[in-house]
Amino acid sequence: MSQVDTNPVKEYLRMDRMPSIWCPGCGIGTSVNCFARALTQAKVDLKKTTVVSGIGCSGRVSGYLELDSFHTTHGRAIPFATGLKLANPELNVVVYSGEGDLAAIGGNHLIHAARRNIDLLVICVNNFTYGMTGGQVSPTSPGGATYSTAPYGQFETPFNLPHLADSCGAVYVARWTTFHVRQLTKSIREAFGKKGFRFIEVISPCPTLYQRRNKLGDGLDAMKFYKEASVLKNGADTRELDIGFQSPIIVGSFVNRDRPSFIEAMNKRFTSVFGESYKPYPEGPSKAVQGC
Amino acid sequence: MSETGGAKKPKKVQGIVHVDRERCKGCGFCVEFCPTRALDLDSTYNAKGYHPPVLARPDDCNGCDLCGLYCPDFSIHGVMIKTNVA
Ligand SMILES: Cc1ncc(C[n+]2csc(CCOP(=O)(O)OP(=O)(O)O)c2C)c(N)n1
Ligand code: SF4
Ligand code: SF4
Ligand code: SF4
Repeated sequence: MSQVDTNPVKEYLRMDRMPSIWCPGCGIGTSVNCFARALTQAKVDLKKTTVVSGIGCSGRVSGYLELDSFHTTHGRAIPFATGLKLANPELNVVVYSGEGDLAAIGGNHLIHAARRNIDLLVICVNNFTYGMTGGQVSPTSPGGATYSTAPYGQFETPFNLPHLADSCGAVYVARWTTFHVRQLTKSIREAFGKKGFRFIEVISPCPTLYQRRNKLGDGLDAMKFYKEASVLKNGADTRELDIGFQSPIIVGSFVNRDRPSFIEAMNKRFTSVFGESYKPYPEGPSKAVQGC
Repeated sequence: MSETGGAKKPKKVQGIVHVDRERCKGCGFCVEFCPTRALDLDSTYNAKGYHPPVLARPDDCNGCDLCGLYCPDFSIHGVMIKTNVA
């Protein structure tokens, strides 16, 4: 074993906490793998990078990353992260959590952080269910699928998360599945190179609850399904990104624009009102990384 | 994967994988998505009862580390060990 026998992602993870609590074939770990590699490739300053999660299986991510990280209460990752960013604009703040945490109980924080263009990178693991609590309906649960809280099939209209983030003003919006490891890594790298509210949805298998209840096989079956069912459409109109039960999944990078961040807008306003007497609040780096 | 065109040239890259058998949960992602199909799940078990991957066709591994990128449990990674490019 003379060659490099250390896993390249080891330095980004708290290996003493492994194995993770995630079930065999759960996709959350694959997304973390991509995230760790994006950190290396984008040469992000790890001392200035922090990860905030809410509650859920996906919310466990913050606890496994060897970074300053915070495991907040359910739904409150974005407000906590907003506070971190505003108190210390030098920080590169990432929110990593599930779609239940971010779009159900935390939904209001999500839309307002996007509207205000708070400088955060949000990685939302969408497994179409509340995994941690036993497979209940989540805001993205596709119509017709069954759940512990919808034994006769889910009948509500689900959120199309990229459309939600886009409509609220996010400056970067993308969706990938855990099958798209290279594209997801590149997308995270790209998002690190931007300032403002950035949102990446990662469609991920939950074999234990979503798939088992819906007879969709294991994690590998989900990955094979993503491979077959995904349609790449970079720049697609986000209104077209609905996901139905086992329907095609449109993936890609959809929105990439610039508009003033919350702090920039505040400085601009107060400078115009108070002139010289206003001391601008530090705006932080224009992007998290150099050269990307 | 080959860039050699017509004439057969010596293989450019050779890879090897490192597997942490005890951390593996046997999901099979690495085996399924290895571009050269160099891996198989072993017939033996680890302590938790999962079948970790083995490099069944070592000549086919190019060290691309795609297996490493797919692994949700950080228990495999590939590295290049030799380059024969003149
Ligand atoms: C205030 C509050 N309400 C409810 C819960 C129970 N709870 C824990 S995780 C969770 C949902 C998590 O779903 P998601 O964010 O999709 O994560 P997953 O487990 O699927 O990765 C719920 C409702 C809680 N912990 N706190
Ligand atoms: S319950 Fe689902 S989301 Fe949670 S760890 Fe298991 S497979 Fe992953
Ligand atoms: S390093 Fe690449 S070629 Fe070798 S086993 Fe892994 S995926 Fe296959
Ligand atoms: S991807 Fe990782 S956990 Fe899954 S079988 Fe391969 S080594 Fe084991």
